Amino acid sequence: MKILVCISKTPDTTSKIAFKDGNTKFEDAGVQWIINPYDEWYALVRAIELKEKDPATVLHLITVGGADCEPIIRKALALGGDEAIRINADNFDSYFIAAQIAEVAKQGAYDLIFTGKETIDYNSSSIGGIVAELVDAPYISLATKFDVAGNTVTVTREIEGGEETNEAELPVVVSCAKGVAEQRIPNMRGIMAARTKPLKVVEPAAIDALTSVVSYELPPAKAGVKLVAADNVAELVRLLHEEAKAI
Amino acid sequence: MSVLIFVDHADGQVKKSSFEALTYGAKIAAQIGTTAEGLLLGTVTDDLSTLGKYGVTKVHQVANDTLNHLDAQLYSKVIAEAVTASGATILVFSHNQTGKAVAASVSARLKAGVVTGACALPDTSNGNFIVKKTVFSGKAFANVNITSAIKVISLNPNSFTTIAGDGVAEVAALNVAVNASKIRVAAVNKIVGEIPMSEADIVVSGGRGLKGPENWGMIEDLAKTLHAATACSRPVADAHWRPHHEHVGQTGFQIAPNLYFAIGISGAIQHLAGVNRSKVIVVINKDPEAPFFKAADYGIVGDAFDIVPKLNEEIKKLQVNA
Ligand SMILES: Cc1cc2nc3c(=O)[nH]c(=O)nc-3n(C[C@H](O)[C@H](O)[C@H](O)COP(=O)(O)OP(=O)(O)OC[C@H]3O[C@@H](n4cnc5c(N)ncnc54)[C@H](O)[C@@H]3O)c2cc1C
Ligand SMILES: Nc1ncnc2c1ncn2[C@@H]1O[C@H](COP(=O)(O)O)[C@@H](O)[C@H]1O
Repeated sequence: MKILVCISKTPDTTSKIAFKDGNTKFEDAGVQWIINPYDEWYALVRAIELKEKDPATVLHLITVGGADCEPIIRKALALGGDEAIRINADNFDSYFIAAQIAEVAKQGAYDLIFTGKETIDYNSSSIGGIVAELVDAPYISLATKFDVAGNTVTVTREIEGGEETNEAELPVVVSCAKGVAEQRIPNMRGIMAARTKPLKVVEPAAIDALTSVVSYELPPAKAGVKLVAADNVAELVRLLHEEAKAI
Repeated sequence: MSVLIFVDHADGQVKKSSFEALTYGAKIAAQIGTTAEGLLLGTVTDDLSTLGKYGVTKVHQVANDTLNHLDAQLYSKVIAEAVTASGATILVFSHNQTGKAVAASVSARLKAGVVTGACALPDTSNGNFIVKKTVFSGKAFANVNITSAIKVISLNPNSFTTIAGDGVAEVAALNVAVNASKIRVAAVNKIVGEIPMSEADIVVSGGRGLKGPENWGMIEDLAKTLHAATACSRPVADAHWRPHHEHVGQTGFQIAPNLYFAIGISGAIQHLAGVNRSKVIVVINKDPEAPFFKAADYGIVGDAFDIVPKLNEEIKKLQVNA
């Protein structure tokens, strides 16, 4: 089996969110970059587990991003995987990113493509669906469990108010949410091995972006909390009813 | 040049999030001087003509039972054909589980730019189509211009108020060939008796301050009184005190209810990211320095074990008097 895992980089979850250049760019000064948690904790770890079960599995990682993504992709390789591909382009547009991944995916004839549920910076939840369309494979999103036996995958996915178990034949594209695997910490051996694993840099295919970011903004600051005394719970209920009209 | 709104349903009924999407789509249509229509795949028991209330003149229905189960690939093909058949240039989804699977898929088929997680009407001045969406898990917004001829947007649940008028929609059967699904549904496990978090107006959430799973009775009681959903912080789900589907935050569900109760939750930045779009936030925490108070509208500094049962009683009193 050949697996492709899509890896993206995102600011550390504690980063201060601010913008520069007249609110048109993310202020990245001093920001720590991490592997998007959904990609690292769930998609990548599950793919590694599948390879551990069947060592004949080929596991490739892909990222669309500039040279500044290399530490992230090396860190991902330290967890596992045979080689990584970086498509040398920086673009926000989901179609652009997914179409680049789909080009590689078609050439590589992968059986299984994993993405994370969403990136925690842009929160699009879009790449998996677009890749699936472009490679013409079924798409199962928001997976919380993933198994494969022979050619058949069994995937539990989130639905509103519950879960549903789906079965399909390879090839498939799956977006991974919490539950698919448990977070792992890279060990020294993995970190050493990652240094010599191939990291191919590929120039992007000619694809037009279909969206562009015009500006960013921060939410208005809260007016401040209204505190109610602990022995006056009735007053909180009154405020919620009469002032906030929330109950 | 019309607006087509995808109408999502479960258990034979149109979802609340679709009413919001319909209202939103109809507003966009009014803004650019065109009509809004709905599209429903599969079959429901609801009377679809009543969706006219939300401003759509017509509801297209592809009444094929295969479509009662989500298969993104199949949906994408059918929706793309409906877009072509209806001449729509703007396609609207709700950014719920179905929308997350389908909006992007169909956008690729239509070669349309997609913006998911919209939270306001687009700016359509000067030939632009700029959509405001939440980014950084609710910590900021991006204004994104869609430059393709066809545009696909999905609306964050609970970010747009439903407006119901008295319109009646024409219901029209749409004939589209539907392939067999390549996905088999082996099991469906709905959590019975609970209100799904994404559909709830009120969410009552507990954190590590509640000490253990045995103490969730008072949280559930309060939620029951308020017809609210229950939620929790990540360590609570990680410790299996509560099921994973209740975990909210940057790496859990992102929600925006009208009212969010945070009980015994410190208010870490990753938690706030998933809930700070709630309209009203109430924090109950024994530590006056808990960061959550900075993000709250109302708060009580005190012991949850003392306050939550009292709160439940006071709300019941209010309900009796109302
Ligand atoms: C990459 C990453 C992603 C993360 N994603 C998430 C996420 O999505 N969601 C999330 O929630 N967390 C997330 N976290 C974890 C987050 O940083 C916090 O650790 C977590 O939110 C804390 O949970 P808590 O508030 O329940 O517990 P604590 O921080 O332990 O807070 C417990 C609170 O309860 C109060 N308390 C104690 N006893 C009482 C009492 N009797 N009455 C009233 N109050 C009481 C205390 O004063 C304290 O404020 C993430 C962390 C990382 C690093
Ligand atoms: N630039 C990128 N390069 C590779 N994979 C990506 C990139 N952006 C997003 N992805 C993948 O697509 C998933 C969903 O991202 P998004 O649709 O942007 O929310 C992520 O969890 C990644 O697995």
